[in-house]
Amino acid sequence: METVRNRGASFVLVLSALGALNLLVLLLQIVLGDFPIPAAEALHALFGAGSERFDLVVNRFRFPRALVAFLAGAGLALSGTILQGITRNPLASPGVLGLNSGAALAAVGCMVLAPGVPVAMLPFAAFAGALLAALLSYALAWRRGLSPVRLVLVGVGIAASAGAVVSFLLTFTDLAQAKAAVIWMSGSVYGRSWEHFWPLLPWLAVGFPIALLLSRSLDVLQLGDSLATGLGTKLERVRALLLLVAVASAGAAVAMAGTIGFVGLMAPHLARFIVGSMSRRLLPAAVLAGGLLVNAADLLGRTVAAPLEIPCGILIALIGAPYMVYLLFKKRNQ
Amino acid sequence: MRPAGIVIGLLLVAFCLVVSIALGKQAISLSEVYRSIFDFNGSREHLIVRTVRVPRALIAMAVGACLAMAGAIMQAVTRNALAGPELFGVNQGAAFLIVIHLYLMGGVSGSSAIAYAFVGAGAAGLTVYLLGTMGASGLTPLKLIVAGATINLLLGALTQGILVFDERSLDTMRFWLAGSLTGRSTSLFAEVAPYMLIGVAGALIMGRQINLLSLGEETAQGLGLRTGLVKALSLLAVVLLAGSSVAIAGPIGFVGLAVPHIVRYLVGQDYRWVLPYSALAGAALLLTADIAARFLIPSQEVSAGVVTAVLGAPFLIYLAQRRA
Repeated sequence: METVRNRGASFVLVLSALGALNLLVLLLQIVLGDFPIPAAEALHALFGAGSERFDLVVNRFRFPRALVAFLAGAGLALSGTILQGITRNPLASPGVLGLNSGAALAAVGCMVLAPGVPVAMLPFAAFAGALLAALLSYALAWRRGLSPVRLVLVGVGIAASAGAVVSFLLTFTDLAQAKAAVIWMSGSVYGRSWEHFWPLLPWLAVGFPIALLLSRSLDVLQLGDSLATGLGTKLERVRALLLLVAVASAGAAVAMAGTIGFVGLMAPHLARFIVGSMSRRLLPAAVLAGGLLVNAADLLGRTVAAPLEIPCGILIALIGAPYMVYLLFKKRNQ
Repeated sequence: MRPAGIVIGLLLVAFCLVVSIALGKQAISLSEVYRSIFDFNGSREHLIVRTVRVPRALIAMAVGACLAMAGAIMQAVTRNALAGPELFGVNQGAAFLIVIHLYLMGGVSGSSAIAYAFVGAGAAGLTVYLLGTMGASGLTPLKLIVAGATINLLLGALTQGILVFDERSLDTMRFWLAGSLTGRSTSLFAEVAPYMLIGVAGALIMGRQINLLSLGEETAQGLGLRTGLVKALSLLAVVLLAGSSVAIAGPIGFVGLAVPHIVRYLVGQDYRWVLPYSALAGAALLLTADIAARFLIPSQEVSAGVVTAVLGAPFLIYLAQRRA
C-alpha cells in the first residue's frame, strides 16, 4: 500500500515537473527572439496589461505560435502512444504507419489544387487523409488477425506512394506555393497564430479525454486479443475508437504544423521511461513530453541560427533518428 | 528456353523504345522517326526526335535497367525480399548529396555531381545494412524496414532543410526529386553512361558468385567463395548502378524492388539469369511508366517516378501480406 501511494505521489511530481518545464519553455519562447522582451513586460502583456509595443509581438506572434507548437507535439505524442499500444509494437508511430503521409497528401493537395481553402478546413482534410491511410493500413494488414510486422510494412508502402504523389504535386504549381508546401512538410510552426490554434484545440480537447477514459482498455489490449476478449473487453469497438482518436490527433497536428516526424515515436518512449507503461499515467506524461519536445525544438531552431529559422521538424529528425538507431540497437536480439 | 526469353525481352525493350520516341504531345510517324535518325533534315519534328525523344527514351531504358539490377543484387546478397535501392535508403542518400552539391555549387555540374551521388548511395546503403544486421537474428524484414524508414526519414528531413533555405535549389530540384524524365541533360547522361555500363557488366560477370551468396553466407563459404570480397564488389556495383541512376533521373522508386520479384517468378532463382532478365524487364517497365506519364493527365505531364511509386505500393503491400 505504501509503495502504491509513493508511486502516486511521484507520478504527480513527475507530471508537475513536466508541466513546469513546458511553462518555462513557453516563457522563453515569448521572451527570446530578434526582439527580446523582458520577462516582466512579457507577463504584463500576456495578461492584457502590457505596453502597446510588446502587446503585438507577444499576443499576436510568439504566444500563439508556442501554443500551436505545444498542441502539435501533444497531438502527435497522443497518437503515437495509442498506436504503440494497439499494435503492441514499440516501433510504431504515426510516421511509420503512414498517417503523417496521408495527412500531408490531403493537406498539400488542398494547398496546391484549391489555394482558396480556409486554414480552418485543413485539419478536416488532413484528418480525412490520415483516416484513409489508417483504414487502408488496417484493412490491408488484416489477415486472420493483425500482425504488427504487416502493419508496419503496409504503412511504409502507403507512406512511400503518398510521398511520391506529394513530390509530384510540388511540380504542379508555381515556386512560391511549392516553397510554402516544402516548409510546411518539413514541419514548422513559423507564422502560426490564433487562426491555427483555435481549429487545432478541439481535436485534442476531445481526443485526449476519450483516450484517458479508455486507458484501462488500452492496457488490456496489450495483453493480446484472446486474453482481452476473455477479460470482457469489447475488443474491436474499443480498438476502432482508439484508432480514431489516434488518427484525429495526428491529422490535426499535421494539418497545423506539418509532418513533424519522430515525436510520435520518441515522446511515448520518454514517458514510459519516466512513469512506466500503465496507460492512465503514460498518456498525460507522453502528451506533455511531446509538447515540450516540439516547443523546445522550435525555440532552438528560432534562436540558434537567427535570423535564419530552422524548421522544428528538421531539428527533431536530427535528434529522433539517432534515438531510433539506439532503439534498434537495444532491441537487436528480439 | 531462357536464352529465347532474352531475345523476346530485347524485342520488347526495342518496341517500348520506338513507342516512347513516337508518342507524345505531338505524335510522330514511324517513317518520320526513321528519317530523323538516318536522313536528318532539320525540321521541327526531326529536332524533337533527336533532341528530346531519343535522349529521354534512352535515359528511361538505362535507368530502369540499372535500378532493377541493383535491386536484384541487393535481394540476393541480403537474402531479403524487401531489399532494394528505395527501402535501403540508397536512392534517398544519393538524392540528399546531390541537393547538397547543388547548394554548394549553385548548379548541377557533371562529374562532381555523380561523385556526390555515389558517396550518398554507398553511405546510406551501408548504414541501413549495418543497422539491419545487428543482433543474432540477422537482417529480418522488420528490422530492415524500420532501419530503412529511419534513415529515409532523416535524409528526407535534411533534404527539405536545404530546400527550405535555398529557393533556387528548390526550383531546380523539385522536378528532379519527383523522378521526372522530362528535360534531363544529355551531357550528364553521357558522363553517367560509362559508370552504368561498368556496373551492368560487373553484375553480369559476378552472376555465379552472387548465386552462391544467395544460398547463404555459410554455404557460400563452404563452397570456397570469398564472401567478404563478393559482398564488397556487390556493394560497389549497387553504388554504380543506383547512384548514377539517381544522378540522372532522381529517386525513382519501386523499380528496383518489384522487378526482381517478377523476374524470379518467371525464370527461377538462378541469378545468372535473374540479372540480365531484370535489366530487360526494368528497362521495359520504366519506358512504359514514362509513356503512361505523358497521357495520365491531359494538361500536365506526370513524372515517371510517381507512376512507378503508385504501381509499386500495391506490390509492396502484396509482398507484406504474403511474407509477414
